[in-house]
Amino acid sequence: MDVVVSEILQKSESEALKYKSIEVKKHLELEYDLGTLLAVDNNDFESKFLRPDKREDYFLNLARDNTQLLINQLWELPTERVEEAVMVKLPPAKTLLPRMKPVPKPKSLTKWQQFAKDKGIQKKKKAKLSWDQQLQKWIPLYGFKRAQAEKEKNWVLEVPQNADPNEDQFAKKVTARSENVAKNELQRLRNIAKSKNVKVPRVGVTNPDNASSKELQTAVTVAKASTASLGKFQDKLPKEKEARGVADITPGASRKRKLPPVAGHIEKKENLEILDSILNKRPKMNIEQAVAKQIQSTKMDLSDNNHHERSKGGGSKSKNKMGKKPKGGKGQRSGGKNSAGRKRR
Amino acid sequence: MSVLQRVVKPTTHKGKKVLLKKEPQIIEGTKRAIFFKGRKTSEKVRNLLKDLYLIKKPDAQMLNKKNDITIFENPQPVEAFCKKHDSAMFLMGSHSKKRPDNLVVGRTFNYSILDMIELYVENYDGLQEFANDKITVGTKPCLIFNGTLWEQSDELKQLKSIFIDFFHREEVEAVRLQGLEHSISFNATPDGKICLRSYKVLLKKSGVRTPRVELEEIGPRIDFTLRRTKLPSPDLMKDACKKPKELKVGKKKNISTDALGTTHGRIHIGKQEINKIQTRKLKGLKKTMQEKKAAKRKALVESNDGVEKRQRAD
Repeated sequence: MDVVVSEILQKSESEALKYKSIEVKKHLELEYDLGTLLAVDNNDFESKFLRPDKREDYFLNLARDNTQLLINQLWELPTERVEEAVMVKLPPAKTLLPRMKPVPKPKSLTKWQQFAKDKGIQKKKKAKLSWDQQLQKWIPLYGFKRAQAEKEKNWVLEVPQNADPNEDQFAKKVTARSENVAKNELQRLRNIAKSKNVKVPRVGVTNPDNASSKELQTAVTVAKASTASLGKFQDKLPKEKEARGVADITPGASRKRKLPPVAGHIEKKENLEILDSILNKRPKMNIEQAVAKQIQSTKMDLSDNNHHERSKGGGSKSKNKMGKKPKGGKGQRSGGKNSAGRKRR
Repeated sequence: MSVLQRVVKPTTHKGKKVLLKKEPQIIEGTKRAIFFKGRKTSEKVRNLLKDLYLIKKPDAQMLNKKNDITIFENPQPVEAFCKKHDSAMFLMGSHSKKRPDNLVVGRTFNYSILDMIELYVENYDGLQEFANDKITVGTKPCLIFNGTLWEQSDELKQLKSIFIDFFHREEVEAVRLQGLEHSISFNATPDGKICLRSYKVLLKKSGVRTPRVELEEIGPRIDFTLRRTKLPSPDLMKDACKKPKELKVGKKKNISTDALGTTHGRIHIGKQEINKIQTRKLKGLKKTMQEKKAAKRKALVESNDGVEKRQRAD
């Protein structure tokens, strides 16, 4: 028995000697990312092999050694057999690679979806075909056959009781339908704008026939503010309310007052902010005005001097011929009787 | 999966499908690459582009026209190309007096340039110059990075990431062991060269389970040197590397593994109510009619009491 074992051992040993070994020695261990079949060798190159004539062989050997190490690692992973092939299960990749496009964001709900969710309204499934009593046949929910059936059914339309008898009821129906389509499209666009956080300009009241009371109220408020005096002299109806959320387009309208701050420290902070804003304000200097002022004052001085001289001389007619309107002294002291001495109050 | 968010609705079903496919996905496939030429290209660079195209092939697109693009001055046309072909990587070959044998490798994120690196193709031996057998198209290669320099500068770090991104092909859960037949090594030598070598892997008998690896060069053999680079800002890179929440593996509670590798779980059981446990049914334990009646009466009285109390409270 012993003899057999030793024989086998010897045989395998000699067989192993026949083949080249799979072992590789490295200074530093390689870093592996088996998920991407990646091995990083952080060992330094041996500079003597980097000469152009030896370089290729060196790279080949290096690559061989490192591939061998990588494959040694791979062969240790759990395997499974799939249709005659041995598959090895790879761990998830460690290397972080950038994505091509950003992570998809969850789509925001439309206004209706949000409403339905809040109210717990569930979508009901409608049957694709329904039995029509009048036509005595199955008609689909939508499609050209539906349209045909509608046409067949509505070959005559009743004129409502207090409607204009000359009005074309068919044309009315068509416009109502097209308006409905337009409204839906508008709502779709509004939903898109909402989901993308884009501000859309308000469209006003599109159709007074089916506008909501809110929309009408807005229209009234805006119209009232659209006078030359920003609606200051417009009368109010007894129970009229002002529309909200139109402050930016109705400049004269009263806005809701802010409540005073609740806590003391907030009030203090706000007051300090006001104080800061005042103290930090640099005196606004309008250079043009300042220059004009300076020129004016020098002129005044000059003219004053001239005046004195001329008054001494007697005639003061030439002053008015300068073309400048007299400005009433503008705080300049006229050389009157009180020109000298203490200022009295 | 998601609702289309477009102002103009697609008119056909096919068009809708195409647009849906272009939308951001949670799991993205392999990055596609486009290959194109600049104003002028040298033969060397042309061949190089062709060979790299062959290596990358099912996920690659070669554009044949010349393009008047100075990518580092104005990357807009490249971004437009990437958008048109829905690819995230691009390789541009060009040749000028100032920058001969030029190759620009880059990536885009959300159709704008993420990073790009300009390389000088110093030496180049194409696929055809190696007479060995080639590998099958589309095999996932082993990538080997040699040299200490790869981790030492930002440019090389980025280039490494680009190379991995370009060559690694799709992420897979399993590979066929015999299918590992391609190995690409990238050597960053101290003299500033980046040497790309590509080998065919031969698995030989070794006497043990793991085979002995022998390599055979199949080309291309390229020596690069770095030129201009455009690295991403850390914010952008972080944004681009973000993982979707859905793919993150959450921590599983109450499961632990000890040193021996045994998994332990902790189970939380609700309160045991011994009185209500159904034990074995015996005739002797059965309630008699009288007992049942008494229990009923008791329950009735109790409930009446409750009502009275409530009334009093009201």
